[in-house]
Amino acid sequence: MMDAAELKRRTAQLLAAHPPATTDRQTFLRARFDAGLAWVHYPDGLGGLGAPRSLQVVVDAALEAAGAPDNDPRRIGIGLGMAAPTILRYGTEEQKQRYLRPLWTGEEVWCQLFSEPGAGSDLAALGTRAVKEGDDWVVNGQKVWTSSAHVARWAILIARTDPDVPKHQGITYFICDMTDPGIEVRPLRQITGEAEFNEVFITGVRIPDSRRLGEVGDGWRVAQTTLNNERVAIGGMRLPREGGMIGPVSKTWRERPELRTHDLHQRLLKLWVEAEVARLTGERLRQQLVAGQPGPEGAGMKLAFARLNQEISGLEVELRGEEGLLYDDWTMRRPEFVDFTGREAGYRYLRSKGNSIEGGTSEVLLNIVAERVLGLPAEPRTDKDVAWKDLAR
Amino acid sequence: MSTQPDLLYSEEEEALRAAVRDLLADHCAAAGVIARTESDAPHDLAAWKALADGMGLAGLLVPEAQGGQGATHREAAVVLEELGRAVAPVPYLTSAVVATEALLECSADGLLAELASGRRIGALAVALNVAPGGAHRTVRHEDGALYGELTGIADAAVADVLLVPADDGGLYAVDAEAATVTPQVSFDLTRPLATVTLDGAAGRRLGDAEPAVRRALRAGAGLLASEQLGVADWALTETVRYLKERTQFNRPVGGFQALKHRLAQLWLEVVSLRAAARNAADALATGEDIDVAVAVAQAYAAPVAVHAAEEAVQLHAGIGMTWEHPAHLYLKRAKADSIACGTAGAHRTTLAELVDLQAP
Repeated sequence: MMDAAELKRRTAQLLAAHPPATTDRQTFLRARFDAGLAWVHYPDGLGGLGAPRSLQVVVDAALEAAGAPDNDPRRIGIGLGMAAPTILRYGTEEQKQRYLRPLWTGEEVWCQLFSEPGAGSDLAALGTRAVKEGDDWVVNGQKVWTSSAHVARWAILIARTDPDVPKHQGITYFICDMTDPGIEVRPLRQITGEAEFNEVFITGVRIPDSRRLGEVGDGWRVAQTTLNNERVAIGGMRLPREGGMIGPVSKTWRERPELRTHDLHQRLLKLWVEAEVARLTGERLRQQLVAGQPGPEGAGMKLAFARLNQEISGLEVELRGEEGLLYDDWTMRRPEFVDFTGREAGYRYLRSKGNSIEGGTSEVLLNIVAERVLGLPAEPRTDKDVAWKDLAR
Repeated sequence: MSTQPDLLYSEEEEALRAAVRDLLADHCAAAGVIARTESDAPHDLAAWKALADGMGLAGLLVPEAQGGQGATHREAAVVLEELGRAVAPVPYLTSAVVATEALLECSADGLLAELASGRRIGALAVALNVAPGGAHRTVRHEDGALYGELTGIADAAVADVLLVPADDGGLYAVDAEAATVTPQVSFDLTRPLATVTLDGAAGRRLGDAEPAVRRALRAGAGLLASEQLGVADWALTETVRYLKERTQFNRPVGGFQALKHRLAQLWLEVVSLRAAARNAADALATGEDIDVAVAVAQAYAAPVAVHAAEEAVQLHAGIGMTWEHPAHLYLKRAKADSIACGTAGAHRTTLAELVDLQAP
């Protein structure tokens, strides 16, 4: 039985065999993975012990207390949150053994090649083509909104393998080598001034069939695992009170009484309440997951998070008055990870505009809630029975 | 906070919900509730007897040693969710929560046992709109008798005993027969208000009014959020159900994206309110972080319940505007609840102090 006591024992064993003070960071992370303490709910031999996910905190707390290094999850969020669960669910044994360990330790960074200029909300309409040649697939096309593409070793990629069937049926899911000479990564500058995302041009990239995830033509179903995990990752962070975007503005309010007005006070209190309730809603969702009663609230968390981030950061720009007319830095930079609550109010305001677009627009999410949670009639699907090659574009 | 609040429902709480819902299905069908509002007896005392006598629910907040069930605010909150869902005209919030909490503060054991058993109904004679810690009217205490008029007292018409704050700082128990209770024409048909007039009535001093009233209204405000959740949940569920059936332009109107998005948005508000209401009930039960949890729940619940009821009327359209359809009962309850135990604005003002976001 893998309970908290047993996990504590194994964590102590790991720390004894590899004292953090005298162990190289990478060596420690590999040893932690091999001890099954990386993500305890993963299977034996793949960084886990098949333990309940809720017990991860036991390991994390003990390691943190011992000053052990972590795998810098902000840098490898796409690998941890999206690629890994998809590989675990659909990968072959060989693929799991090859990819999961360096993914978790951060030795190999992952990115996601899904969206295209012509396939945003309608992702299944994507046009990047993969054609079978011998044991390889030859891929041509263009992807966009790819964070970490400039530092990534691998990508999860969906491409069209059969244009003669309706759009959802002709897609296949691959693992793509980002060092292939046919991959060109160009920074995509955003309204914040920085280039957190990239455009990725794919020209004659050869992917061996052994890097296919799931069956040929089953890529849309495989991608659902990735996308569901993306929304959980974006909307589901555990926060203390005032832990999110409401934190910086509350701090400014307390420290700068000269900026206060009655109008701003009323609006701040309203948003403070909404942020606290959103935090509690997320906490309730996590308690349901731990209790084995997953609720549909997850679909709504990202909606709430996006709107609140935008309204709160907008309020803070206004609160700052003359300073709100300034901006910290328009220089084009390529950050390795995103911090929604980082930098100054103007940056937070502009960056949060993306929160209702990335990972599913709020409009699409409202449709998902209406149809899957409330059971209301689906949108008319005029493209359902049309071969992809015959769709309007 | 030292521990995370438990925001879920236990199996026992779900069983309690099912039992209350069953009982209300038998007693409080919408047509009957509507008809009752214009009768001489707007309160449903048969339903109250079944809840209090039959199920022992009036004593949930009272320890067993004092004649109650020894349960907590978590269970009382579940009962209130179901009462809200049925807009049941029973004096549960007023007697089994507010008056009971006042008596608990005063250690008034005899009366407490009577209220807990449901043998008598109590009402705190403080206007329904008063927030915890807010100013309220008192009556004059002179030569051992009480004089004065108090308005806006919810469920006073069915109360057997009134808990009356007087100008000497005391809280007095007054038998209803010793007072003149006059129903007021009330906006909320299912929780009618009354005027209480005392003209030399005898009262028994229970203790200090200030802490008793404060505690009573704080628990009332916190658990009112669960009633508001029940109201909002009914409005959402019933509107979704109706819009799947109702066709115009040869399609179910629930298939129009403009309406789907409104309902999805409302759903998000209702699940958020559930978290806030559970948090307040759990805080009242554990004693941790009560003031913030109650103020957050009340600041959030009122606009959500009102929004849900208003959407129910608008999206039901013509039929939602009729007296025959129950949507108006929920709109009236939601709007009255948004004033009861303090408005959302009053609770936000309280929060400004509690979390140090001071006014200019």
